[in-house]
Amino acid sequence: MTWRFDENLPIYTQIISQIKQMITSGRYQPGEKLPSVRDMAQEAGVNPNTMQRALSELEREGLLYTVRTSGRFVTVDQQLIEQIRQNQAQERIRELLRQLLLLGFSREQILELVEHTLQSMMEEQDDDKSITGI
Amino acid sequence: MTTNQLLEFRSVTKRYGAKEALGEVSLKIQPGKIIGLLGPNGSGKTTMIKLINGLLQPTAGQVLIYGQRPGIESKRKISYLPERSYLNDWMRVKDILKFFRDFYQDFNLQKAEEMLENLKIDVNDKLKTMSKGTKEKVQLILVMSREADLYLLDEPIGGVDPAAREYILNTIIGNYRPEASVLISTHLIQDVEKICDEVIFLRQGHIELYDAVDQIRTQRGMSIDQLFREVFKC
Repeated sequence: MTWRFDENLPIYTQIISQIKQMITSGRYQPGEKLPSVRDMAQEAGVNPNTMQRALSELEREGLLYTVRTSGRFVTVDQQLIEQIRQNQAQERIRELLRQLLLLGFSREQILELVEHTLQSMMEEQDDDKSITGI
Repeated sequence: MTTNQLLEFRSVTKRYGAKEALGEVSLKIQPGKIIGLLGPNGSGKTTMIKLINGLLQPTAGQVLIYGQRPGIESKRKISYLPERSYLNDWMRVKDILKFFRDFYQDFNLQKAEEMLENLKIDVNDKLKTMSKGTKEKVQLILVMSREADLYLLDEPIGGVDPAAREYILNTIIGNYRPEASVLISTHLIQDVEKICDEVIFLRQGHIELYDAVDQIRTQRGMSIDQLFREVFKC
């Protein structure tokens, strides 16, 4: 995946949420070793200190851990990863619902719309197996 | 007296005749930071950089590198990319590499060769035959291949196309030592703001703002580029 940043928001919080997403989506597997801070900074095109700050924060949250001599790893705590995945889903759904409610849709209409759209997306995906998510 | 302070300006004033280029500027630069030095034309950016190098002397006040005035010692620690080239056009890249190796103890030849190869620059080429952008790349590679404590980059990416810009900024991120600092003066704020820890806004020889970039984004909800446009609105 490519990193994308909105420059109007703090970069380090955006790094945090993007790494979370890489973990919950399985791009980084549980227990996988992460590249060095510098390599990750280079890949994302951000300052190494900013990357370091984001990684430290993720460590505090328990999503990453450091082994003194060998580097930084993704947690093997599946429950924690699942919990964060749920949080991410909640956040996105809330945002979507907030906007739909703002547009004046009723509860029934929203459910129907979501059901309908999901259905057609699934069909498209069956037609085109190349859609792989990230 | 030496201190651990990488760089300090103590109430530095610089006048060119009657014209004041810097007025009582005081600041301290910490190690391990990438700092954007931003300001409109004629705000004093190059003057500041030349004062740090000892190419200019302050009219009043002091510029201190590790507690000492710029001199032979500080030149060993500072890697400087000037606004204009000082390299001879007739030289081939490989000659310049030798030149740098002989001149600077901290020059990492292997690193330079690696970067040149990544940018597909032939070491047998003469500077004269290169485009403006390629010349700039060569110079930046030379400067970043020194293992210095402070890198002073005066408009490093002005003549380089956007794709190479990205590579060059990545080169900066990947090649400065964690305990070194990089001071970049530029107008291309959008390009550098992601890699900066801090920015200094200069206005007519005075520091308008000196803050951490994520702090600015958090407090003001805008990018550095946007803030710059607002602060320096014509």
